[in-house]
Amino acid sequence: MTSPVRPTRLGHVPVTQTLRNGAWRVVELVTTPVVPSDYLDVIAPLRNPNVLRARVEAVHRETANAVTLELRPGRGWRPHQPGQYVRLGVDVDGIRLWRSYSVSSAAGQPSGRISVTVNAVRDGVVSSYLLAHARRGMVLNLDLPAGDFVLPPARPAKSLFVTAGSGITPVMGILRSALHELPDVVVVHSARTPEDAVFGAELRALAAAGKLTLIERHTGADGRLKPADLAELVPDLFERETWACGPGEMLDALADHWSEAGAAERLHVERFRPTVLVAGDGGSVTFERSGAEVEAPAGVSILDAGEAAGQLMPSGCRMGICFKCVLPMRQGIVRDMRDGQITTAVEGDNVLIQTCISAAAGPCHLDA
Amino acid sequence: MTTLQRLEDNPIAHLTAEDIEAIGRELDAIRDEVIAARGERDAAYIRRVIKVQRSLEMGSRAVLLFSLFPPAWIVGTAGLSVAKILENMEIGHNILHGQYDFMRDPKIHSTTWEWDMATPAEQWQHSHNEIHHKYTNVVGKDNDLGYGIMRVDENQRWHPFYLAQPLWNFINALFFEYGIAAYDLELGRNLKTKKRRSNPIFRKNLKAVGRKIGKQALKDYVIHPALSGPSFLHTMAANFTANVVRNVWSHSVIMCGHFPNGVSTFERTSIKGETRGEWYLRQMLGSANISGSKLMHIMTGNLSHQIEHHLFPDLPASRYAEVAVKVRALFEKYDLPYVTGPLPKQVASAWAKVIRLSLPNRKPTPDPDPMIPPRRPVAEPVTA
Repeated sequence: MTSPVRPTRLGHVPVTQTLRNGAWRVVELVTTPVVPSDYLDVIAPLRNPNVLRARVEAVHRETANAVTLELRPGRGWRPHQPGQYVRLGVDVDGIRLWRSYSVSSAAGQPSGRISVTVNAVRDGVVSSYLLAHARRGMVLNLDLPAGDFVLPPARPAKSLFVTAGSGITPVMGILRSALHELPDVVVVHSARTPEDAVFGAELRALAAAGKLTLIERHTGADGRLKPADLAELVPDLFERETWACGPGEMLDALADHWSEAGAAERLHVERFRPTVLVAGDGGSVTFERSGAEVEAPAGVSILDAGEAAGQLMPSGCRMGICFKCVLPMRQGIVRDMRDGQITTAVEGDNVLIQTCISAAAGPCHLDA
Repeated sequence: MTTLQRLEDNPIAHLTAEDIEAIGRELDAIRDEVIAARGERDAAYIRRVIKVQRSLEMGSRAVLLFSLFPPAWIVGTAGLSVAKILENMEIGHNILHGQYDFMRDPKIHSTTWEWDMATPAEQWQHSHNEIHHKYTNVVGKDNDLGYGIMRVDENQRWHPFYLAQPLWNFINALFFEYGIAAYDLELGRNLKTKKRRSNPIFRKNLKAVGRKIGKQALKDYVIHPALSGPSFLHTMAANFTANVVRNVWSHSVIMCGHFPNGVSTFERTSIKGETRGEWYLRQMLGSANISGSKLMHIMTGNLSHQIEHHLFPDLPASRYAEVAVKVRALFEKYDLPYVTGPLPKQVASAWAKVIRLSLPNRKPTPDPDPMIPPRRPVAEPVTA
């Protein structure tokens, strides 16, 4: 794809740039109707700046249930801030599925590598796949780093990190990058057993070296951590800038606790498991661009429901064979009316669905 | 309601309405089985074909830089012809059918794919996926039957214009990609009146085709020859030859899909009221296969399994061979004609039909048989 030639301040385009753009046009004509990178992808998949990819350079097993992937991002990558996450597109049984994983490595590695730590979740298609099949040399699809679970530029004097399970991964990224800038750090981490604690050894070593205070909690023996317990474990709780990451219920409880204390602005949370989508019958369909919303019952195609609501819909044969009615589903859940197959999308997925044969199976947001 | 065009040799006279619905259910079950098995293997297959095609094209074009030397010309032209055939048939046609949309790879998707053809993918998807696959072999609705320039059924009225149809068909074969582009534009219809000529949608499509042809021609007849320097003319000739080879090949394969003897055509009835079973039945009787080796199937984009393709246009084409076993058994179970044969036989049969129908019918169209009860009238007039 050519980028449009941008005029300089004087309104002239430098000669070298004109030549380069001209040369590039010729290269594009050589490869038409596809773009040059489609051919280069055959040889060097990482060099395509329009499709960000990453190569797995190493795989380390953290616990029985967690694995760390060292990734080399291809061209187009923008360095992350510690605490941010990336979306990885993994082809599982031929289908590309996207999941978000926190970057667990320190920022600005000289090797240019980043690492993500994947904890296998129950019924987790992608996490189980990576746990079993991630190998050196594998190429994954990658999205730019995102998320605001990061430290402020002015580092806090006292900080607290409350994590449970794989909630430790973004925090590990923060600690590995910025621990030396944080004078007083407390980490409260929950795992089922000491062996299940991802990065347990590294955290214990940091604590032994006096770099942080580690409070481990083993839910297998001690039960789940309740916010009320925190007051005992961390006496100066609300004086600390706090970052919490873990299961939704824990984060909800912490948020309530901090609000009650009037310290809500000192708590930063990261939720890493989106709401689980359960297939029902029918649902409300929102067309994000036009703002139209329609209640679509089961057995009525989204195409028909949209048209009934006055939405302009692309359409063709209405039989599921012509693929003219395909629209991106930003989030939601639909059922194929022919065979009952369920398709889901979470925010950022943009799964393309055929509206003529898909019925809402819950609330859906379409890009139309 | 599936109504056959020629009732005197009705191949479905022995089927009851229940039989037709049962056929539909059995075909649905075959479809579900493939959907359940679809996955890694299919994704790996199409990626491999794309990789092979791109490597072959790059390699052939590199060899053609030296096409001044006859052996390089021959090798490069042969390689480029094969690459272009693969690109159109097994890759382009099938991806544009949405067969690989399930992979959720934005690069290999019906909404983004563009191919080495005069016609832009989007226009072709309309005339092919939407019109041809929906109205398969319905005379007057499916323009693939004769592409609007040929007489393909005894029941069509003869006109002296049709005398030249073998010639039209031959020229169409040589320049098939432009024929398809004109066909997708509905050029014959849209150039007729001033009003149609100035229709903004037609103008927009015309412009898109012009742009596409321009780029394609620039690539094959200017840029690549220029890159070959002293081999300019030889590379140009090689590219022209590869395009003609690809055109003749795809024209032949496509003629075999619906033209050979034994394929049924259907009355211009509305598909309104047609059940899923009846739709399936129309696809079964309206298509013909080509038998052959695995390589043959790949080079035809598996359109050699035209019957299976028409039953399941959105299933990965490489699955048609395994599906064909079950589909054929179903044809036998219900005593239906499964039209198939080797390529030369099917091509000859299609050409024989084109030639036969260029002449007026030997005997007049039979009058309606008084023993056959009058057909249910079509509820509403059908407009094209």
